[in-house]
Formats: sequence, structure tokens, C-alpha cells
Amino acid sequence: MSTKMVKFIISRQDNPETAPYLEEFEIPHRPNMNVISALMEIRRNPVNAKGEATTPVTWEMGCLEEVCGACSMVINGKPRQSCTALVDQLEQPIRLEPMKTFPVVRDLAIDRSRMFDALKRVKAWIPIDGTYDLGPGPRMPETKRQWAYELSKCMTCGVCLEACPNVNSNSDFIGPAPLSQVRLFNAHPTGEMNKEERLNAIMDDGGLAECGNSQNCVQSCPKGIPLTTSIAALNRDTTFQAFKNFFGSDR
Amino acid sequence: MAGSKDFVNRRIHSLLGVIPIGLFLVQHLVVNHFATKDADAFNAAAHFMENLPFRIFLETFVIYLPILFHAVYGLYITFQAKNNVSRYGYFRNMMFLVQRVTGVITLIFIAWHVWETRVQAALGAEVNFSMMADILSSPFMIAFYLIGVLSAVFHFANGLWSFFVSWGLTVSPRSQKISTYVTMGVFVALAIVSVRTIFAFI
Repeated sequence: MSTKMVKFIISRQDNPETAPYLEEFEIPHRPNMNVISALMEIRRNPVNAKGEATTPVTWEMGCLEEVCGACSMVINGKPRQSCTALVDQLEQPIRLEPMKTFPVVRDLAIDRSRMFDALKRVKAWIPIDGTYDLGPGPRMPETKRQWAYELSKCMTCGVCLEACPNVNSNSDFIGPAPLSQVRLFNAHPTGEMNKEERLNAIMDDGGLAECGNSQNCVQSCPKGIPLTTSIAALNRDTTFQAFKNFFGSDR
Repeated sequence: MAGSKDFVNRRIHSLLGVIPIGLFLVQHLVVNHFATKDADAFNAAAHFMENLPFRIFLETFVIYLPILFHAVYGLYITFQAKNNVSRYGYFRNMMFLVQRVTGVITLIFIAWHVWETRVQAALGAEVNFSMMADILSSPFMIAFYLIGVLSAVFHFANGLWSFFVSWGLTVSPRSQKISTYVTMGVFVALAIVSVRTIFAFI
């Protein structure tokens, strides 16, 4: 046995109600392995570092190419996707924790429902259904499409909410991700027709105003989405919207 | 209504910090700077401010009520955050924490400062150079005033930065960066003015 071993310290939790505990694992190193392949190795042979048989570690995954957002967890203190966390680039022992801003389901698996609820709340879609064919919508300039594409890269992974000091159990802040989606759909030539509805939705409690400008979100976003620029732009839009709401507007 | 309760309160909180509280702070520091000239100049300036017409209304609507709202809502905002600078040691996140810490220090300082000066004046004491020289005669009070005033000045300067973001004046990363330099320039300038004034009483 002269194989190189990789050491993991994993924060585990048996169910949403029980207390979390740490468990250490040592698994044989393979070239180019990522955190997910290491977790798969533990699942194949669920024995901890002390040599005791244990339950396999639970986690979530989907695309394995950093576009679905399901496998987010806190790796060595920073929230990120475990699929693109390469073991050779991480300091050992590698510490894995669930993103505790969200309810923990089991071990590293969390429930991100609040993000999807927030997307519904801010109406992050373009309503085009009608009783008859509405015909083609207005064209979107190519330069604007390229810009909007960056905002559309959001995969609802939850990293920005985990990093935000204002998203916590004391506050009902929906977090940066759904706000930036409002900017995306408001920028679309057809989506723009329902701009006011979305702006009013984020001017509700727990919306845009809860942002405290710590700007951790933009530093943490794995997709490099300009979240704080979106938030500041929405601050400007809602300033005008607030005046329109209060004083009335002839459009 | 223009928006929800939270939205309106946050915006008013941000606005009041600059207008009128920030403007009052600058005016207060500038007027006090007469102390660097001599005691008579300070006393004349203090006397002029004291005898402004409608003083109690000016004080109530420009100072007391805005500061009261800003302080109460500010404490609510402060204790809502779960600071995480140790995990995310980015510049803006540190400023986020320092803004909250200096806000609380400033509130404690202002409460004491108002008690020592304005409340004593209402009880019959005369606000003049010798009153301040008396207050600043102990090293502890010098330290307390330095920390309190510098906290207030920092909280104003950095609050000006967030005001520009919150109202949508600075949107792009570049504009926010320039605004960081400008507001930190405001901090340094006001810090010089206020420290010079404090040492003038010693």
C-alpha cells in the first residue's frame, strides 16, 4: 500500500432535525479527480478514516460541468460547485460542508426551494401566452443579446446567497440571484413590456432594499455574473418606479 | 405607496444619512474648526449658531428626528446581518462590517455628546470654548472623542458611497470604484478638520 491518500473532513447530518457532526475519510488518490469522484469513491466503500463502516455521504449532482448548480457546497470555507473543485488544486485535508444558509436535507444535500420560490415571486419569465397568435416580438439588438447572455448564465446554485451577510435566518432577503434575473427579463424587448410588475415585486419586503452592498455575491459567483451591477441598475430603476408609483405617471 | 415598508424605510434611512444628517455633520465640524483660531472665534461662532432664529425647529427637523430614525432603523439593519468577514475577506465586505461597527460607536458617542453639551445647555450651562476644554481635559475623554468623531466621519463618508449605490447613481463597477476614492477622500478631509479641532481644545 504505497498509494497516495486524499483526506476529507466532511460535515454530516443524518436528517434536517439532528445535529451536524464531522467525519473523516481517506481515499486513494487518482489523477484529475474532483470532489464528486471522491464522494463517489466514499459511496462505493463507505468506511471512514478510522476504518469503521459508515453510511455513504449524501450529496446532490446533475450536469457535472458547472451549469446546473445542484452540486454546490462549501469546500475549504468557500461555496462553489463540487464538480469543478479539482482535488489536486485544493489544500488538504479537504473540508466539505453543506451551504447552511439553506435547510440541510442530509449531509451535503440542501433544499434550494427558496430560490425557485423567489424566481416565481419576481416573475422571472416572459409572458407570451394569449388566446390568439401575437406574432413575432420586437427584435433584440445583437450587442444587447450578448450582454444579456451573461446574466442568463445564472444556474440558481445558491453560492451568492450563501456568501451574502444579509441572507440569513433574521432576514427575508431573497438574495442577489433572483434580482439579477429581474434585470435580465426587463432587458428583453418582450419582457420589458412587464417591467413594472417585476420592479414592484422586488420593491416588496425582502426584496432589493435588503441589499447591504457587501458585494460578496459578485466575488463569489462561479459564472462571473455582474450581480452588484444588476443590483445598482435595479436601484436606479426602482428609484424612478417609486416616484411613478407615488406621484402617478402619464407614461 | 411608493413601495413596501422595508423599501421606503431603507431609502429614507439612506437619504436622511446624507440630507440632512451628513450636511449637518459637515457644517458642525466646519463651525467647530473656528477653535483652531482662538477661543474668541469659537465662542463667536457657537454664539451665532445658538442664536439662529427658529432654533428649536431647526434642531428638531434637521437633527433630532432624522438622527433618531436613522439610529433606530440603522440598529435594526445592523443586527439583521450575519457578518462573515473571516470567510469572505473582500474589501467591500470589510467596509460593510466597519460601516455597522462605526454606526454603533457613533450612536453611543452622539448620545453622550448630546447629553454633555445640548442637554447641559438646556439645563442652564453655557456652551463655549472652556466647556469643551473642560470636557477634553482627561486623556480618556480625548480618546473617546477621537474615536467617536472619526467613527462618525467614516460612517458618513462610506455611507455616502452606499447612498450613491442605493439610489442608483453609481451603477457600473468603475463608477463605484471612483466613488470609493472620492468618499475616502471625504473621510480624510473631514478627519483632518475634526482632529485639528479636537486638539485645539487641549
